Amino acid sequence: MIRYVLRRIICAVPVFFIIITAVFFMVRFVPGGPFDRERQLSPETLAALNAYYGLDDSLPVQYLRFLKNLSHGDLGPSYKYQNRSVSELVREKAKVSLKLGGAALAIALVAGLACGAVSAMGRGRLSSALDAASLAGICLPAFVVGPVLIWIFSLKLGWFNAMGWRETSDIVLPSITLALFYAAWISKLFKDSEARELAKDYSRTARAKGESAMRVAAEASKSALSPVVSYLAPAAAGMLTGSFVVESIFNIPGLGKFFISSALDSDYTMIMGCVMVYAAFIICFNILADIALALLNPRVAKELGVRK
Amino acid sequence: MKASLRAFRALLSVVFSDRHTGACFIFLAILCLACMFAEFFAPYPFAEQNLAIGASAPCAEHIFGTDILGRDVFTRILYGGRISFAVGFAATAVAVLIGACYGMVSALSPRRVDSAMMRLVDIAYALPFTILVILLMIIFGRSLWLIFVAIGAVEWLTMARIVRGMTLDIKSRQFVLASEALGQGFWGIMRLHILPNLIGTILVCATLTVPSVMLLESFLSFLGLGVQAPLPSWGTLVKEGAEYMLDAPWMLVFPAFFFSATLYCLNRVGAKLSAADLRRFSK
Repeated sequence: MIRYVLRRIICAVPVFFIIITAVFFMVRFVPGGPFDRERQLSPETLAALNAYYGLDDSLPVQYLRFLKNLSHGDLGPSYKYQNRSVSELVREKAKVSLKLGGAALAIALVAGLACGAVSAMGRGRLSSALDAASLAGICLPAFVVGPVLIWIFSLKLGWFNAMGWRETSDIVLPSITLALFYAAWISKLFKDSEARELAKDYSRTARAKGESAMRVAAEASKSALSPVVSYLAPAAAGMLTGSFVVESIFNIPGLGKFFISSALDSDYTMIMGCVMVYAAFIICFNILADIALALLNPRVAKELGVRK
Repeated sequence: MKASLRAFRALLSVVFSDRHTGACFIFLAILCLACMFAEFFAPYPFAEQNLAIGASAPCAEHIFGTDILGRDVFTRILYGGRISFAVGFAATAVAVLIGACYGMVSALSPRRVDSAMMRLVDIAYALPFTILVILLMIIFGRSLWLIFVAIGAVEWLTMARIVRGMTLDIKSRQFVLASEALGQGFWGIMRLHILPNLIGTILVCATLTVPSVMLLESFLSFLGLGVQAPLPSWGTLVKEGAEYMLDAPWMLVFPAFFFSATLYCLNRVGAKLSAADLRRFSK
C-alpha cells in the first residue's frame, strides 16, 4: 500500500509540471500585457516596469526563473496588486474558498448520500420522487439557484444578507447553492449503483437468511460507493478551490472570482498561483480517491497493483 | 447507414416506452425546431429595442414580457436557444469525433500502445479543464467556433473511455472471432461488426454529453466569456434576468425555466437510453 501511494505521488509530479508549463506558455500568448490600462502608460514607464519585473527577458529565461523561484516557494509579486506577493494573496483568497467549499462539500455528501440511500431502499412514490428531485438538481445551474435563494431568503424573508462575506451566516446561502448540483449528482450515482448491488445475488441471499434491510444495504454500499468516490475527486477539488459562478453571484472574495479577474488582467504570476492551487488539489484528490477505491474494493486494489 | 437507421429507430422505441420520457423527447423536439427556425416563430427581431416600454410585464403583445431595453423576452429565448443548442450539438459532435476515434484506435492497438493511450486520458482527467477553457476563451477571443472546439476538446475523455471498453468487449466476442477465422479483413470487421455495435453506445453517450456541454457554455456566458451581445444565449439571458429579478422577475423566470427544462429532458432521455440494453440497438 505504501509503495503504491509513493508511486502515485512520484507519478503526479510530472503531471503537475506539464500543467504549469502549459499554462505558463499559454497565458503569454494572450494579446495585451499586465500593464495595459485605460490610460496608456508612456513607453519609458512601460519599459521600466517590464524590466523591473523581468518581463523583457526571453520566454525560456522567464520560465527558468519562474521554476527557480518556485523551487523555494516564491511565486513572485502580483502585477496588478502592487506590493503584494502572489502567495500571500492566494493564501488569503483560498482561506475564504476553502471555508465555503468545505461547507458545501459536507452538505453535498450528507444530503446526496442520504437521498441516494433512501431512494435505493425505498420503493414506488418516494423513490421516484427523489429520483426526479436529483435529476432536477443536476439541471438547475448555480446561477439560477443562487438568485432564487437570494430572492426568497434574503429579500422576502430577510433571514440572510443577500451578498457579501462579513458575518458567519453569510456562508449559508452560497454553500447551499454550490452544494446542490453536487448533492444531486452524488445522490444519482449512489442510488444507481446501490440499487444495482441490492439486486445482486449476495444481497438477496443475505435478505433471505433474515438479515435486516439496513445491514444488507450497508454491506452493499461497500461496493456501491465506488462511483461516488471517483466522482468526488474532481468534485471536491472544484468545490474547495472556489466556484467562479457562486462567488460572483454572492460577491465573495474567493479564489474563483479572483482567478477570472487575474486572467482578464493578464496578471501572469497570479494566474500561475491560482492554477497551481487548483492542479495540486485535483491531483491530490485523485490519488486519495484511488486509495479509497482500493480500500473499498479488493478487486480494484489488485488491478492497481496494490499489495497489502 | 442502415445500421444507424435501425439504431435510431430502436432508440425512439425506448424513448417512447414510458410517457414521461416520451413527453420530454417531444418537448425537446418542438423547442429545438422552434429555435432552429426562430425567424418564423419569433414575433420580433432579436435585437429590436423599444426603450419607450422598457421592462414591461408579460402581456398580449409580449407573452413573456420585455427586458430592460424593451426587447421581447420570448424572441430572445428562441434565439438564445438556437445558440445554446448549436453549441450543445456542435461541441458534442467534436467530442464524439475525437473520443470515439481515440477510443477505437486505443482498443485496436497493441497492448502497450493501448495502455499508454489510456494513461494519457487518465492524466488529462487531472487537468484543470474549466480553467483551460476559460483561458482559451480569453486568449483567442470569443468566437462561436472556438466555443465549440474548446468545449468539445474538454468533453471527449469520457467518450474515449467508454468507446474503448465497448470495442474491447466486441472485439473478443465469438462472432467477431468467427468472422476473422473466415477470412474477413480488418476493415470488413470494423464495418460489419464493430461500428454497428458501437453506434448505440455512442448515441447514448452523446445524449448525455449535450446537457453538460450546454451547462458549460452557459457558465461561460454567465461569466461574460461566451457569445457576444447582442446575440443572446440562455446563459446571458439568465444572467441579465438575475440582475433585474426584483423589478422584472419574468426576465429571470422564463429563460431559467426553458434552460432547466431542456437540461432536464436531455438528461432524462439519456438516462432512459443508457438504462436500456444497448446491444439490442444494432440488431
